[in-house]
Amino acid sequence: MSSTFETVAGIISETADIPREQITPESHAIEDLGIDSLAFLDIAFAIDKAFGIKLPLEQWTQEVNEGKAPAEEYFVLKNLVARIDALVAAKQA
Amino acid sequence: MQGATQPSSSLWGGVGGGGVSVTLVQFIAGTPTLALPTRGRGTGFARMRLEYFEMIDQVTSLDRETKRIEVSSVVPQESPVFEGHFPGHPLVPGVLLTETMAQASGYLVLGLMGFTHMPFLMGVDKARFRTFVGPGTVLTVTASLEHEGSGYAVTKARITAEGKPICDAELRFRIMPFPEGMDGLMRAQAKRIGLLEENV
Repeated sequence: MSSTFETVAGIISETADIPREQITPESHAIEDLGIDSLAFLDIAFAIDKAFGIKLPLEQWTQEVNEGKAPAEEYFVLKNLVARIDALVAAKQA
Repeated sequence: MQGATQPSSSLWGGVGGGGVSVTLVQFIAGTPTLALPTRGRGTGFARMRLEYFEMIDQVTSLDRETKRIEVSSVVPQESPVFEGHFPGHPLVPGVLLTETMAQASGYLVLGLMGFTHMPFLMGVDKARFRTFVGPGTVLTVTASLEHEGSGYAVTKARITAEGKPICDAELRFRIMPFPEGMDGLMRAQAKRIGLLEENV
């Protein structure tokens, strides 16, 4: 399990009051964990601060709503973690 | 500022409202510091009206580089709010002090964004109320942009009176397109408090 996932899982657990053991890399933030939009903005803020990035939430949401990408691509945690790692790498490059 | 609404029918109704891409920085233009003229009361700027949620008397400065706003307000001598809070001992409710910090923050975001989108209050963290505020108190409210997220913004705000801390909080806003017709009304409000004198 990556340190990024551990950090994200900790943020979700604390922010959304979800037991840490329920959060896995396969968890879907919306469908499995029941995180709503406002809660996810709180989570995004904590992730932005923790990793020094800016999650492009609006772009992701627009793509999902327009059918250009499945929600799983962004909101299953292993995929979210991969995107966070990519944003961090891009920032460091 | 009001609580955020959540339109439905799509993923979360669209984070930030319809997925419209927003950044604060891209709207920042013009002079780095908007130094607004200070005027005495009774010369055009309205007074704080608690019962109408008109919490800001006057914007005194908006600094685009530090992303900070300062506003002033004078608590009225009389208000229906004081009839209940508290009988015989008038104090501004903490919820209205929070609203005052939220409105200052909201005008900061509106000013930085050039009034293209509307910030709706969605979270209040670390709120502390350090002393009482009674009628006639002159309030200085400051707010600074702490974080610009995708579809949201975070500010830190505080109120002081004669240099002494009254309250402070971290506030979060959801940034959404203006509901139909609200744009002009918010501009009118901003003009009332002196924010739009220089065509923000």
